[in-house]
This record gives sequence, C-alpha cells and structure tokens, in this order.
Amino acid sequence: MPEFTKLIHKYLRHEKKFPHVWCPGCGNGIVLGALIRAIDRTGFSKDEIVLVSGIGCSGRMSVYVDFNTLHTTHGRALTFATGIKLANPRLQVIVVMGDGDATAIGGNHFIHAARRNLNLTALIINNQIYGMTGGQYSPTTPLGALSSTSLYGNLEQPFAIAELAVAAGAAWVGRSTVYHASHLDQLIETAIRKKGFAVVEIISHCHTQYGRKNKMGGPADMLRWQKEVAVRLEKAQTMTPEQLRGKITIGILTDRDLPSYTREYRKIQQAAQAALKGGG
Amino acid sequence: MSGQPASARRVGMEVSIAVSYAVQMARAEAIAAYPITPQTHIVEHLSSLVANGELEAEFINVESEHSALSACIGMSAAGARTYTATSAQGLALMHEILFITSGMRFPIVMTVANRALSAPLSIWNDHSDIMAARDIGWIQVFVKNGQEAYDHTLMAFKIAEHPEVLLPTIVNLDGFILSHVVEALEFLSQEDVDAFLPPYQPKYRLDPKKPVTMGAFAMPEIYTEVKYAHQVALSNSYGHILRVWDEWAGLTGRHYRPVESYLTEDARILFLTMGSLTEVAEVAVEEMRAQGLPVGLLSLRLWRPFPFDALREAVKGAELLIVCDRALSAGGPGGPVHSEVRNCLYPLETKPATVNYIIGLGGRDVPPKAFHDILARARQEAESGPTGEFFLYGVRG
Repeated sequence: MPEFTKLIHKYLRHEKKFPHVWCPGCGNGIVLGALIRAIDRTGFSKDEIVLVSGIGCSGRMSVYVDFNTLHTTHGRALTFATGIKLANPRLQVIVVMGDGDATAIGGNHFIHAARRNLNLTALIINNQIYGMTGGQYSPTTPLGALSSTSLYGNLEQPFAIAELAVAAGAAWVGRSTVYHASHLDQLIETAIRKKGFAVVEIISHCHTQYGRKNKMGGPADMLRWQKEVAVRLEKAQTMTPEQLRGKITIGILTDRDLPSYTREYRKIQQAAQAALKGGG
Repeated sequence: MSGQPASARRVGMEVSIAVSYAVQMARAEAIAAYPITPQTHIVEHLSSLVANGELEAEFINVESEHSALSACIGMSAAGARTYTATSAQGLALMHEILFITSGMRFPIVMTVANRALSAPLSIWNDHSDIMAARDIGWIQVFVKNGQEAYDHTLMAFKIAEHPEVLLPTIVNLDGFILSHVVEALEFLSQEDVDAFLPPYQPKYRLDPKKPVTMGAFAMPEIYTEVKYAHQVALSNSYGHILRVWDEWAGLTGRHYRPVESYLTEDARILFLTMGSLTEVAEVAVEEMRAQGLPVGLLSLRLWRPFPFDALREAVKGAELLIVCDRALSAGGPGGPVHSEVRNCLYPLETKPATVNYIIGLGGRDVPPKAFHDILARARQEAESGPTGEFFLYGVRG
C-alpha cells in the first residue's frame, strides 16, 4: 500500500464520508492531504487533535477527518476553538476556515484571536471568493476582479490575510499555495508545533467560480498561476516594489516568542491562589 | 440573465429571479446583503441588474448579515427605498438589528427564503428561522407559490411605506421548494407598478437641512409608550394591508386574504398550513373531498399582525382543526403556529378541537400522502383523546 494511502486509511473517514463535495480540481483536497501529512509528522495521536471548521467549502473538512471534530457556524470557528483550548489546553486545536469565513463575517474574531495568542493553529484557505454560495466577492477578491456580485469589477481593496495576522499580533504567520504542496506540508507542521497563535494563509483556487469568471482557466491553469506569482520571501527581499507587483510572497512572515494565553493564565491562577493562601 | 421581464403575460422563471424583478420594478434604491443559501439567487440577480444599469440603486455585498441589515437601516434612514434578503443563520445573525429596524420604524422590505436553523447544519427548508423571529415587530407574510412571492414583494413596499404604517415587512418564501423552482408567472407592466407604487416619501429622514435624532436612548418614563405606539401601529397596519391587497385584486384579479380557505364549505375538519405546504395540502384535500370526507383547508397568509378575527370566523362550524407546523418549539407546546392558533381560539364558546402535527423539518419531503396519514391519526385522536401536545409526523426511532 502506498504511503499516502496508509495515511488516508489512518486519518480520513474514508469509508463513511466519501466521495467529498468539492469540485474536481479544487485546492481543498491538497490542503487536506497536506494537513494529514503534517499531523502525521508531528506524531500527535488522532485523539489529541481537534479539527474545528466554519461554513463554506472548507467547512466540510471537519467531516472527512477522523479526529475530534467540530463543524461550527459561519465565521465563528475560532471562537469555538478558543473555548476548546481554554477548557482543555492539552488538545491540539486546528481551525480550518475560508477567506469569507475568517476575514468577512469572522474578521473580528480573527484579529482578536491573533492578539490573544492562544496556542491554536489557524489554516485559512484563500480562494478569493465565496465559492459555495455562488461566487460573490469576498474580502480577498482583488480590486477590479469579477464575481457574481461585481460584474464590472470589484470596488473594494482586498485584505492581505497573512499581513493582517502579523499586524494583529499573531505569534507565527506563514503563507504558501496549494501548488507548493510540500512547502505547505512543512508550514502546516511548523504551525502546529508552534507554541502560540499560528496562522497559515493558503492561496488556493476556485476555478468553478473565480477562475471561470476571471478567465483564468481550469485547475491546472490556476495552479500554474500560483507557481508563477509565488515568490519566496527570501528572494522577495532582493526584489524592487515594481518587480513584486502582482506577486504573492510565500514563506514564514513572522515567528516570535510571545507569552501564550494559557501559560499566562495558569501563572495568574497560581499567583492568585498563593496570595489567597498567604492572606488566609 | 438580466433585462426587463416580459410584462402582462405568463413567463417561465425561477422564483428567486422573479422576486428580484419585483424589487427592480418597485424601483428599490438601496440593497445590502450577504450571501447565504438559498437566498443567493435573489441578491445575485439584483446585483447584476444594478451593475448593468437596469436598476438605479446602491448595492453592497457586506461582510455579514448583521452588517447587511445595519447598512439597510442607514440607507432607509437617509430616505431610500431599501431591500434585503436572507435565510436561516443569516436571519439569526440579524436578530439584534431586526428589533432595531422595527423599533425605529424603517419600512425595509426583506425576503426570507425559509431554511432550517443549525445544528445540525441543514440548508433545507423549514420555518424554524422565522418562528425564532416571531416577536421582532415586523409585518410578516407567507406565500405558497412564485406568483404570490412576486405579488407580495411588490405589495410589501406599499404597505410598509404607508405613513401610518412605517414598519418593516418580511415576505417568507420556502427555501428551495419555492426559491429555486421555475414557475409560470405573470408580471405587471412597469407603468402599472409605477401607478400602484409611487416613490417612497419618507416622513422622517436624515437630512442636514432638517436634523433629527433617531433611535435615541429611552428612559423608563418613555420606553413603554414607544413600545405601545409600535404595537398600535402594527395592529392598525391590518386595515392598510387589506386595502393594499384589495387594490392589487383590482389590478390583477388575484385576491389575497389574511386567512385563505379552500374547500371549506360544510367542512367539519380543517387543516391549517402556511407557505408552500398549502399547495400540497390543497391536492390532498381535493382527494379527501373526492372520497366524500368533510375536509377543508385554511392557510395562514398573514402571520403578523395576527388575524384574530379572520381566523375565528374561518373556523366556524368546524369540529376539528389540524394545525401543521413546520417548526418545533422544543420543550414547549409543540409548533409555534398551533400555540398561537389555540390561543386565538381559546376565548370562543364554540370552537373546534385542535391537534398539532409538525412536518417537513429540515427539508423532509411532505407528499399529499402525509396529509392523509395525519387525517386518519387526527380523527382517531379526536375520538379517543389526544396522545400528547403535538405529534412529530414521520419521525423514526
């Protein structure tokens, strides 16, 4: 049995929940593959992992994996995850969201989760559109891009998700694409191992909605697009702003040691208990 | 697809698209919404009408339903004829703003493509979304088919904007079952719509030349009076609603009533339904009549303001009323509609016994056979006494 088939048998609810709902050629399958490869490398047992998802195409991921799973509401996956982590800090909580999920309806939760620095792993699949509901523009749809609610071009500035996470105070932020599958494996693994709030922005494609409307071709063409626009951060540092126009930098944007919420919380508890005992 | 619908003739069209044309023909000036299944086609098509310059309106796809209705309030406060649409979780997320809309008396029109609330996650139809929003103080109408959805969307603007009404209005249409079905529909001409629905003349609006304060803090000395004024306005909207519906009948020949009745003459047993279940029940009741059974059908079109007198009148002579709910008030008396119907009938000296059947939750199909099964069981219950507060039809386990 090939190695990856073993992983599928070990980590996916392959006998119950497949076939999946994603369109043929969707990037979500590559993310799912990268996720289980990364988890396998970390050595955590299936029962130590909780996969929390929101609503949208990415939201289905929690249905397919054989971990503890929680399929929540649109935009609120991080808030459910916050509760899980506070109640049982020993669990490895991984949250999967889409761009609309994490940065539109859940945008507020996203920046506050980053600031709070709970030890969570947030994977945000950014396909620049609301895929499931019919291709409406999302907060990451590029300026001027076409969607079913911007027939003549999007008027709104897009969020740069990874940069937003850095600015909001996340301890660790990385970005890759579904084309760079093995790079993505490494980033997800590093993010899971990171103590603190770790965000992986995953540039993906929705050929069904975004690609079709913007004449970007099928899945293979859109993967090629990711290959062409992606620039490693190290290389980007040697490039001029003009050379970087239209490019997407990939790599680790920030990795900093910040006090983690659960550790600080425990310290406060211990200090309060000591003070009470001392006073009594 | 875009452009003007062909007027005054029958065209085959998806109901969501027809609703968006009703909004276009109403010359809505401002639309804010967030994508949610199964409401999406309505808003998507409106966005293309706006983008193509076929509807002079502001359109914004905001970042949540909470923001959508909030933006609508802003636009309505500035004096625009305002529209939005949502479903299920979207309506739930709007909850806070639903009360603010009616409390501040903004005549916003909203389509709710009714869908089950999570959890478990379901995108399919039932009425749990709107029944959880029963007390929001909006006018609420249910429709049974696409023609009614078109008609009531247009009429909703006229009712909502009447200076003595000034209340937001929801038109409920069953998600997928109605929203995604293609029906033969009749449209009015734009001239007829313009004559029926003149431009919105806001009584109060935000205007730098004549500043007003909206939604201000209310001390205990005044809060109750504001609530009372809202209640009086909603209750009195009943007469305006009937007048608008009568005017529509003159224009189209389609006459709507707060409580619709079908084959009720001499009926001793009545079903009561809402929304698209009504057409299924009509088929079943025709079959029952053919078998010689004295069965008729009522359907509740107007949910708010609740048509107390019309319902009391409609049940006269009946011995048994079978109320079919499409939502479950867990831990309570069963279906919310039955609960209100029984409350309405309670003061009557002579009234039918009522039984409550909850059907069609989360998209469970309801064929005519379901009504036959329910009739048989309800008649048994009427003879041997009810077996409980309600019965969840078709449940396994």
